[in-house]
Amino acid sequence: MASLPPKHPVQQGTADAAGGADAHHHPPKGLLRWVLTTNHKEIGTLYLLFSLLMFLIGGVFALVIRAELFQPGLQLVQPEFFNQMTTMHGLIMVFGAVMPAFVGLANWMVPLQIGAPDMALPRLNNFSFWLLPVAFTLLLSTLFMPGGAPNFGWTFYAPLSTTYAPPSTTFFILSLHIAGISSILGAINIIATILNLRAPGMRMMDMTLFVWTWLITAFLLIAVMPVLAGVVTMMLMDINFGTSFFNAGGGGDPVMFQHLFWFFGHPEVYIMILPAFGIVSVIIPTFARKPLFGYASMVYATASIAILSFMVWAHHMFVVGLPLVAELFFMYSTMLIAVPTGVKVFNWVATLFRGSISYEPAMLFAIAFVILFTIGGFSGLMLAISPADFQYHDTYFVVAHFHYVLVPGAIFSIMAAVYYWLPKWTGHYPHLRLSQWHFWLSVIGVNLTFFPMHFSGLAGMPRRIPDYSLQFADFNMVSSIGAFMFGLSQLLFVVIVFMCARGGEKAPAKTWDGAVDLEWTVPSPAPLHTFETPPQYRPAEADH
Amino acid sequence: MATPNPDTQRNVNRTVIKTLVVLAGMFAFAFALVPLYDVFCQVTGLNGKTSAKAQSLVSGDVDSSRTVTMQFITRSSAGLPWRLETQTRQVRVHPGQSTEVHFSFTNLGKEVDVARAVPSVTPSEAALHLRKLACFCFQNQRLRPGEKMEAPLVFQLDKQLPEDIRTVTLVYTLYPQEMEVSSSG
Repeated sequence: MASLPPKHPVQQGTADAAGGADAHHHPPKGLLRWVLTTNHKEIGTLYLLFSLLMFLIGGVFALVIRAELFQPGLQLVQPEFFNQMTTMHGLIMVFGAVMPAFVGLANWMVPLQIGAPDMALPRLNNFSFWLLPVAFTLLLSTLFMPGGAPNFGWTFYAPLSTTYAPPSTTFFILSLHIAGISSILGAINIIATILNLRAPGMRMMDMTLFVWTWLITAFLLIAVMPVLAGVVTMMLMDINFGTSFFNAGGGGDPVMFQHLFWFFGHPEVYIMILPAFGIVSVIIPTFARKPLFGYASMVYATASIAILSFMVWAHHMFVVGLPLVAELFFMYSTMLIAVPTGVKVFNWVATLFRGSISYEPAMLFAIAFVILFTIGGFSGLMLAISPADFQYHDTYFVVAHFHYVLVPGAIFSIMAAVYYWLPKWTGHYPHLRLSQWHFWLSVIGVNLTFFPMHFSGLAGMPRRIPDYSLQFADFNMVSSIGAFMFGLSQLLFVVIVFMCARGGEKAPAKTWDGAVDLEWTVPSPAPLHTFETPPQYRPAEADH
Repeated sequence: MATPNPDTQRNVNRTVIKTLVVLAGMFAFAFALVPLYDVFCQVTGLNGKTSAKAQSLVSGDVDSSRTVTMQFITRSSAGLPWRLETQTRQVRVHPGQSTEVHFSFTNLGKEVDVARAVPSVTPSEAALHLRKLACFCFQNQRLRPGEKMEAPLVFQLDKQLPEDIRTVTLVYTLYPQEMEVSSSG
């Protein structure tokens, strides 16, 4: 039980004495307290611990892949198992680590940043968390089933995932359904909270960017998770009930699978990065001691990225035989996304410009995010060029691209958020020296792992293959060394979080001197119940 | 937790209902995309599917100023012990001219099987301009073990075929079909 908030609420909020007779009944003790909790902070903690566990499991799968690719030839695992590892690594990291981590941060911080006492639907919140362990136990159990775990890649293209799929695919479908319902319920809760529970006086354009980006992300989730549910339902019917949605033999079309999948899949990519934009937009002003440059343009840029994300899906499918017009349309619409993203990067840099910057661990991760995410963005632009994509498609260049936006992108932003808010959660500053070690090992490890993949990809190394020809050997060895360095340094992160929960330098309510948002007005550690009397929000407080 | 303000609670409920409506709409939309996709592809011919029914011959003069190469590729899907062949690997035709090509089906397996040859045209823009007057692909084929069957394809490329298309490839893939229960024996 690492980072628990204190057991019982500090007696705060005298105003509810009149009507809140049953509100402060004692929570059950021990394990049941966590199973039954409806408190947004406890559920946030559960989400974060769950995603940390999934991050470590998914990381082990990644290390199996990298260990096999350390040298050419087959050394450690069979190709069948290698395929299961690539698939499970992707699924666990996307649906089990990154998405729940952001939902956990939203649970903890959205009510605190808008001055709400809790999420709008606390019981639903409990349900949506406890669906996740069920979903991922199911998914991980497929590893032990006859025929093995899903082996068709995280994009589960038909007919690999229907006609030629292992029998465990039905379990995979069920687990995706459950995880999808969890995300949808979480999104409904976040939307209801942000739209209805803001402190009196707080307008939409007064909200922090973390809250804004999460609001937009939640709308994306509502829009595309049902499409994913539809796609996996069609797969289920193709596999078990003899329909032919994706089976050409029965009049279906496997290419339609890709259209439907990426109609979900591309907005999904932004679901994993928009909250990261929000986190970085909150952290950089704090440690640059300047208000965020271009607040309104940040909001509009986020919204435009979200809208554009529905119009670019076929850039994942440039080689399926699209007509020229479609190639051009999806190429230009994809490039258009660089404009609002460029606005964001510009605003972050402009916020840093002439700021009085200090390099706390949260800030180190945030700055690394800006630089490395931008590298990932640029390789994305290269991939957007449709004629060039014919060369890059399904090579390690693509792997380098999406790992640059997901690892030093999404994951680094989550790390930054943890270092930024840990004092608020536990009441202690994380160990400074160890945090710095964690940062530098991670940032060096990440670049060692993924930068060489650009080169092996451009030279033509295909992704998802357990063996490779000799000219890629050096690049792969460097990648594997970097991967183990990155993976092992995350154990340091676990130690830091654990130590921080147990003790350390005491943090005051206003933990960082440049911090301005509402969460810094409640004590550290944040008591279980906060803002029972809504604070009166004064825009001067957060000087956007 | 403080007692929720009834007004706030009502607003929350309203928000939840709205999001649930969007949710249901998007789930339905995902399934609606399937027929929409088919219609879109039929109108534009984008996925290279040809019409599933016999079309009538468009009579009129043959455009002998242009010659287009028609290529035929045949293959059988995994798990179906059949062979689909044609003697005519490619034929040069003028738009407007009707041509007959013969294909032969052989069941190399030990059981009675039903299969269908599913066509696909590359480049997909040509799919709309390939008219089939007779084709084995309109119905399932049923073969006893060792049986061999000849079947004709009569086709015509219409004259609206875009000028830049010089070669049209027609691929037939054999897929196993469920056997109808009544036709056993």
